[in-house]
Amino acid sequence: MSNGSEFRTCPITGKKVFAATQNLVWINAVTAVVFILVGGIMALLVGLTRWPAVHLLSADLFYRFLTAHGLNMLVFWIVFFEIAGLYFGSSVLLNSRLAAPKVAWLAYLLMLVGAVLVDVMVFTGKATVMFSSYVPLQADPLYYLGIILFAVGALIGCAIFFGTLAIAKAEKTYEGSVPLVTFGLSAAAIIAVFTLACGAIIYIPTLLWSLGLITNLDPGVYRLIFWGFGHSSQQINVTAMVSVWYLLGALTVGAKPVNEKICRSAFLLYILFINLASEHHLLTDPTLSPYHKMANTSYFMYLAVLASMIHALAIPMCVEVAQRKKGYTKGLFEWLTKAPWGEPGFPALIFSLFIFGFIGGITGVVYGTEQLSIKTHNTWAMTGHFHGTVVGGTTLAFMGLTYYVIPLIFRREIIGKKIATLQPYIFAIGIILIALGMGGAGTLGSPRRHWDITFADAVIPFSFDPAVLFFTTIAAIGVIVAVVGGAMYVGVSVLSVFFGRKMAPNEAKML
Amino acid sequence: MPITSPEKYWWKPADKEEKLWITIALLWCLVLTIMMPLMHVIGTQNPSVNPMKIRTEDYRKMSDAFIEKYKVGEEGGIPIVEPPDGADVYLRGQMWTWTPILKLKKGVNYKFHISSTDLMHGFSLMPLVMNFQVVPGHDNILNMTPTSAGTFHILCNEFCGIGHHTMIGKIIVS
Repeated sequence: MSNGSEFRTCPITGKKVFAATQNLVWINAVTAVVFILVGGIMALLVGLTRWPAVHLLSADLFYRFLTAHGLNMLVFWIVFFEIAGLYFGSSVLLNSRLAAPKVAWLAYLLMLVGAVLVDVMVFTGKATVMFSSYVPLQADPLYYLGIILFAVGALIGCAIFFGTLAIAKAEKTYEGSVPLVTFGLSAAAIIAVFTLACGAIIYIPTLLWSLGLITNLDPGVYRLIFWGFGHSSQQINVTAMVSVWYLLGALTVGAKPVNEKICRSAFLLYILFINLASEHHLLTDPTLSPYHKMANTSYFMYLAVLASMIHALAIPMCVEVAQRKKGYTKGLFEWLTKAPWGEPGFPALIFSLFIFGFIGGITGVVYGTEQLSIKTHNTWAMTGHFHGTVVGGTTLAFMGLTYYVIPLIFRREIIGKKIATLQPYIFAIGIILIALGMGGAGTLGSPRRHWDITFADAVIPFSFDPAVLFFTTIAAIGVIVAVVGGAMYVGVSVLSVFFGRKMAPNEAKML
Repeated sequence: MPITSPEKYWWKPADKEEKLWITIALLWCLVLTIMMPLMHVIGTQNPSVNPMKIRTEDYRKMSDAFIEKYKVGEEGGIPIVEPPDGADVYLRGQMWTWTPILKLKKGVNYKFHISSTDLMHGFSLMPLVMNFQVVPGHDNILNMTPTSAGTFHILCNEFCGIGHHTMIGKIIVS
């Protein structure tokens, strides 16, 4: 391990890449890919079970694997990748050494131990409680301990990020303001601190409760504070994803933000309002008054939506401006048709933007209203919504970025460039089918987290409208397609990282 | 570039197109903001407006008393209950049944008390697709008037253990 002062200069961007940073980005990103592999296998098994035509797993395994799918994807894959992103966004983009690399390794170990502990508990059937682990449904104390260790590790990772910002400023490694991507990641890190604080507030008493040291834990209060953690962690994803969109725009077409003031103000709106909106999970709960619910899910939420609307203009705009400067000025859309659709980053950016906005975002705003929440609460439509945001949006953007991180930061040439180029298309098609299938079935009442939608074992017989089966089949086909896309991603990135040709120090080649 | 520091003075006014877009987006957000409380007042289908805590033991006793008082039969071991017009109706979620089966009348208003005596459950009324969170220790009070006759089913859409997918209840409206 280095003492933190060795660096190389990137032949493309001219950025200083410190060895300590490079190693930490590497280990966090590679670990993230291991967890998406675990989560992806679970996705296939769970998806095929949900499809009555296959109905693969037993009920016990289905609920276990569904819990594992949620945690490995929504938490472990994304947060490990985000920690890699925070180290990159602070140390590399600001030309600075990383604050306390040894502590960053400790943070990594805490997260790893926590994640492994959680997975062991879930796979051995001691924590079949789903991602939300609502009390009074109880898991083994080690499960809660695992979540706490993971969250503490992630919190230390955020502290390393802020520390690096401070060092870069003190050592004057950059001039003026921080780059926009770093600014966006700072917003994500600030939201992360609030989020992880909520996690600590709720998971520490829950751990004590599971040990029998506390007897009375109000399930209503649990839901309130849990969603301060559970939904806010998705807001970290949104903010990090938008930062990655700007980054992908720069890497693929050399896009430059048209108006820094507008982009940065929008990130500020995220920090101020996005977490308050988390209470939309409680719209059909008997715990809060209507006034409370309305305040949190009307103007607070819509000011965060406004921020997303601003980015939705700013990002395509900066891509268009960059393309027009290159001479693609014919008609309204030559800038788009002549875009680099043949390299993975661009379709990943565009599909991520499209799926996040038009599928994930719109459903989120609609389902987040007081009355329409009654129609969709806990149905499969909700699952469709967040597969649009977190999978089609965040995961796809992170996948696209990986194909640039491997040559730029890890200095390995991508193996299977054609597969890498095809991958975002296949993954996007799969996710669109999943989100639409889930949305259709859910709107007709198909419940989420459900082993048997034919209700074969129920005492009181009930069967759905046949359209539910049709939509479920669409979602299942989407699962298979998306899993193929996911496998392509894992295959290309793992092969490239370990077996890709090592690039020469001055080789200025991205893909 | 978004990966390099911006020029020194980046606090610049927005362009015409940007202003137009932000104005439209903001107006849309304002419309939504106004619609939220407005629909609560003029709409007739709102979630619980009387948040109330209740001890699970007390709720169990009240719902048992309700069942005993108005019980008219049994199906598959689940009591069938026909409450009088305008009565308080107790619907209890517990692993993995909705108790009791209810017989209600069209056009009559009932005050529902929905709660759980064990884990969280999800009340999902089919085929209308109306969903409410059922939280032990809290009484989800809903004023409901059946507007059409027929048989309705209640699914559970909150994971509540290994038998979650068998948890189905029934409401018969005549």
